[in-house]
Amino acid sequence: MLATLLLVFREVLEAALVVGIVAAATRGVASRARWIGGGIGLGVTGAVIVALCAGWIADALSGSGQEWFNATVLLAAVVMIGWHVVWMSKHGRELAAQMQSVGRDVTSGARPMTALMAVVAIAVLREGSEIVLFGYGLFASGSSISALVLGALLGLIAGVVLGVAIYFGLLKIPVRHFFGATNALLVLLAAGMAATAAGFLVQADVLHRWTAPLWSTDWLLRDDSTFGKALHALIGYTSQPSGMQLLFYVATLALLVVGMRLVSMGASKAAKPSTPVAT
Amino acid sequence: MLRIVLIALVALVPIAAFAADLPEYKLTIRDHKFAPAELVIPANTKVKLIVVNEDATAEEFESHELNREKVVTGNASINVYVGPLKAGRYPYFGDFHQDTAQGTLIAR
Repeated sequence: MLATLLLVFREVLEAALVVGIVAAATRGVASRARWIGGGIGLGVTGAVIVALCAGWIADALSGSGQEWFNATVLLAAVVMIGWHVVWMSKHGRELAAQMQSVGRDVTSGARPMTALMAVVAIAVLREGSEIVLFGYGLFASGSSISALVLGALLGLIAGVVLGVAIYFGLLKIPVRHFFGATNALLVLLAAGMAATAAGFLVQADVLHRWTAPLWSTDWLLRDDSTFGKALHALIGYTSQPSGMQLLFYVATLALLVVGMRLVSMGASKAAKPSTPVAT
Repeated sequence: MLRIVLIALVALVPIAAFAADLPEYKLTIRDHKFAPAELVIPANTKVKLIVVNEDATAEEFESHELNREKVVTGNASINVYVGPLKAGRYPYFGDFHQDTAQGTLIAR
């Protein structure tokens, strides 16, 4: 039961942190529960399908199907997050202003919610498929079902509690800085996902330059510790990153930050003619 | 913005290429244990590990030190490319059966 609890907790934790950040970032969207719930539902369904097709995926693309699959969905999530943060850098200020003036959450149907729904679905799918494979293995080998279910439930609850905690923690940020903070978190999330994708492409031997670890912070924080896992989910922490992973990380950070700057500059320029001319 | 991301990814493609023939090493999973538990490979050489899962249920071959994680379904095998590694010990484990599935790759 303990093994089940720990495995389910570790997998759920990573997905729950992503969902927590997305839930905070979509503060003010009336229909967000439906979008996020939809993302979780899609992710769970996808996880079962992926687990069922695991053998087929693994054999695809001359044995590198699994890596390609992981790298592809991760990079898709990076693009989706990029779309959202760039959009928010144009509209975030007005949203925050509206929230402050009305004194409560506002709705905005125009936000790219499909993008964030996809991010939630991908996070749940990746972690969920491992839980399904693991659980099915235990089930098939005749482990006690009650211990299995109890362990999985406790692990699920523990993971979700941390996801909820980060959500409420983020809500404490003052409205003025709120979207800036959630945007920054989303950018780090995307950079971490890009670095993880690079790891899979190195593993598949698709990218084979700069594959050696640049440094090791194993002595400080191990990848398999709970905090290490949480930091991995949040900012892509890995104790021994390869040069290629660092390149993907920095490139993603740079692209998104420059993209956000350009769009927000464009937005403030476009806003000028509408302001009354003083003097 | 999306275009910039895509262009950057495409720009990385020339770095990618496919591996030629590599020395192969076999690692078997049986009763949720690795055989051999210690596998010696040459240092500073890229090798191909063939992980054969003889159990009926899935396992995940994982190693933090090697930066590898890959699911191998029941009665199936996977290829895991490793290295070139500096001489040293690199522990690996089966994520789904961590209490028994433990081993070490030794590069020398």
